[in-house]
Amino acid sequence: MKIDKFEKRVLIITLSVIGLFIFSLLYAKNKYQTDLPECLPYNKVYTEPKINKIDSTTYQVFSVASMWQFEPGEIYVPVGSEVDFYLTSKDVVHGFNIAQKNVNMMAVYGSINKTTVKFDKPGVYDIVCHEYCGVGHQNMRAQVIVNYPTAK
Amino acid sequence: MQVSKTFKRIIYLELAIPVALLIIGIYHGLMQTVYRAGVLHQTSFLKLDYYQGLTLHGVINALVLTTFFAVAFGHATMAFYFKKEPNKKLMWLSFWLMLTGVLLAAATMLMGKASVLYTFYPPLKAHPLFYLGAALLIVGSWVPLFDWVRMYNAWKKEHPETKTPLAVLGTLINFIIWFMCTLAVAYEVLVLLIPWSMGWTKTVNVNLARTLFWFFGHALVYFWLLPAYIMFYTILPKVAGGKLYSDLAGRIALFLFLIFSIPVGVHHQYSDPTITRGVKFFHGLLTYGVAIPSFITAFTIAASLEYAGRKRGAKGLFGWMAKLPYLNKDKFLFGYFICGLILFIFGGVTGIINSSYSLNNVIHNTAWLPGHFHMTVAGPVFLGIVGMSLYLYARMSGKKIFMPSVNAIIPYLWMIGMLIFSFGMSWGGLRGEPRRTNLGISYLNPESAQFRPDWVPTTTIALLGGVIMFLAGMLFVVVFFGTIFKKKTEEGQLDIPVAEAFHDEKRVPLFDRFKPWLAAMIVIILLAYIPALINVNKNSGPGAPRYNIDNPMPLENKTETVKP
Repeated sequence: MKIDKFEKRVLIITLSVIGLFIFSLLYAKNKYQTDLPECLPYNKVYTEPKINKIDSTTYQVFSVASMWQFEPGEIYVPVGSEVDFYLTSKDVVHGFNIAQKNVNMMAVYGSINKTTVKFDKPGVYDIVCHEYCGVGHQNMRAQVIVNYPTAK
Repeated sequence: MQVSKTFKRIIYLELAIPVALLIIGIYHGLMQTVYRAGVLHQTSFLKLDYYQGLTLHGVINALVLTTFFAVAFGHATMAFYFKKEPNKKLMWLSFWLMLTGVLLAAATMLMGKASVLYTFYPPLKAHPLFYLGAALLIVGSWVPLFDWVRMYNAWKKEHPETKTPLAVLGTLINFIIWFMCTLAVAYEVLVLLIPWSMGWTKTVNVNLARTLFWFFGHALVYFWLLPAYIMFYTILPKVAGGKLYSDLAGRIALFLFLIFSIPVGVHHQYSDPTITRGVKFFHGLLTYGVAIPSFITAFTIAASLEYAGRKRGAKGLFGWMAKLPYLNKDKFLFGYFICGLILFIFGGVTGIINSSYSLNNVIHNTAWLPGHFHMTVAGPVFLGIVGMSLYLYARMSGKKIFMPSVNAIIPYLWMIGMLIFSFGMSWGGLRGEPRRTNLGISYLNPESAQFRPDWVPTTTIALLGGVIMFLAGMLFVVVFFGTIFKKKTEEGQLDIPVAEAFHDEKRVPLFDRFKPWLAAMIVIILLAYIPALINVNKNSGPGAPRYNIDNPMPLENKTETVKP
């Protein structure tokens, strides 16, 4: 089977581009620690909203999404905190998006989602529900308030 | 070729019904941009709720229009290339099943009993007839495949050494993908959702339902896209005045779609719980695999257009671009195709971004996503569908196009509107603007505590694009129905332009038979989906009861309310 020389070139370019993309993904994953949410087996512990302070800059947040609020709704942490978010839903599917930190998770009934974020800069970070969850969807928002130089 | 009255009647109905429904579908598209830009600060307009309208927009435009057209275009392709009409009874059966499904779904949506969007994720509950309608639409679209396979086998027996016509190959591959992927959604709907929505089963495993939906959901986009690809390979080069650069490249691309279309669905669930990162990464890699046939197509189509331009006397490296029949009223299909292709460049690039594993964290479920897929499904797919619907109807009925000059500029108007709209949406998405959200009530309402002034410019740009697209869409509806109401001026016939191949390679048996490819397809699907389903099964907790869209309390199960 003879392949046209232009087609051959285009195939080589295509494969190289895809190879470059895969390399970049893996490189960014290692260098910037960007990854998808972590997958945890279901555990009832996470279905109670809670903020656990592990030490002065390490927090655990058990976030529970429901129609149409996040609990806890306001999360205060000091600058430089590392926060583990554990997410579940009490009812329908909800979204959990902190756009400024590229945190992006789905809250699904009967399952636990998890991600870790470091808040280096002070400010108010919106947590926006970005999955349609019924008539009140557009009002569903929470906030992370990063303002204390030291632990409260 | 001459075709029977019955054949014509079925094709006309399958083309015209979705175009009529488009009036509702596109109106609700416009309304999304109006609410989102904060022009309206209310839950409904003209008694239609925002989310009800969004459901109508998605179901009509993305499921009904595409499925009806794929079936009608498939019938036309088979009849035209085999010079034989498909079985009339089965054509009617398929049509009535699909139409019944659409009517059931439309009734529940218009009554506001199924405002669950076109992805219908449980545990938001829709009316059982909505699910049944979806199932009937799908089952109706399966029927033709079996008849076409019969036609193909009969033809193959007579022509064992002839290459299968590329358009026929594409149609069969498309419907095989469709059949395989819809098995999962049929299971989701018939086994999980209908009994649950009726109250016969108490709970549903939401993760399982989502995984089954996306087994179907990504292949669905190829089911939309492949009819457009068939047009780009087999019709566009002819309309442009040239030849298809390589016939074999088309076959290779189509078979690659066959094996890679389905086992990539988890890239829609990157942000989901219960599926491990390893499985997600594997699906991400396979998604890059499905980019290969699109790269091949981009090259082959561009090379075919360059050939056409040079044949018309173009010189220099890019001179051919100026020599194509952009605004030729008699070759209006060219405008529809080229505008779709230009949009698809952006649609493809944004698609690769979405599938790129952790990059998806930036844009998942933000306005970026509709920005992306409107440049695919509302780009080459929509423009190919409406352009070809008009062409097929006009030729088969022997009528002249109504307002041919307007018709020639519609695709350009649409493309400009779409580019503006998608720019606004993509930019908004990068600023965290959520999709599927009535922003006008909260985030785009200056009186709300949630007001986000940084989303004002982006949603306003999207609104501008939406208005332009709405105009283009309505002009098309006028041209289409205007043509229907015209008088016949010549003998109508089934006529599809056929592009010759520039490189018309000898028949390569591997690329002219299905069995090895079907086997590869099934193996890759199993490799990709067995781990995903094991994950879901292992990591899911209890199933969810039913919820109405307006109440945080679950519906009581009927079985529980039975008195002792």
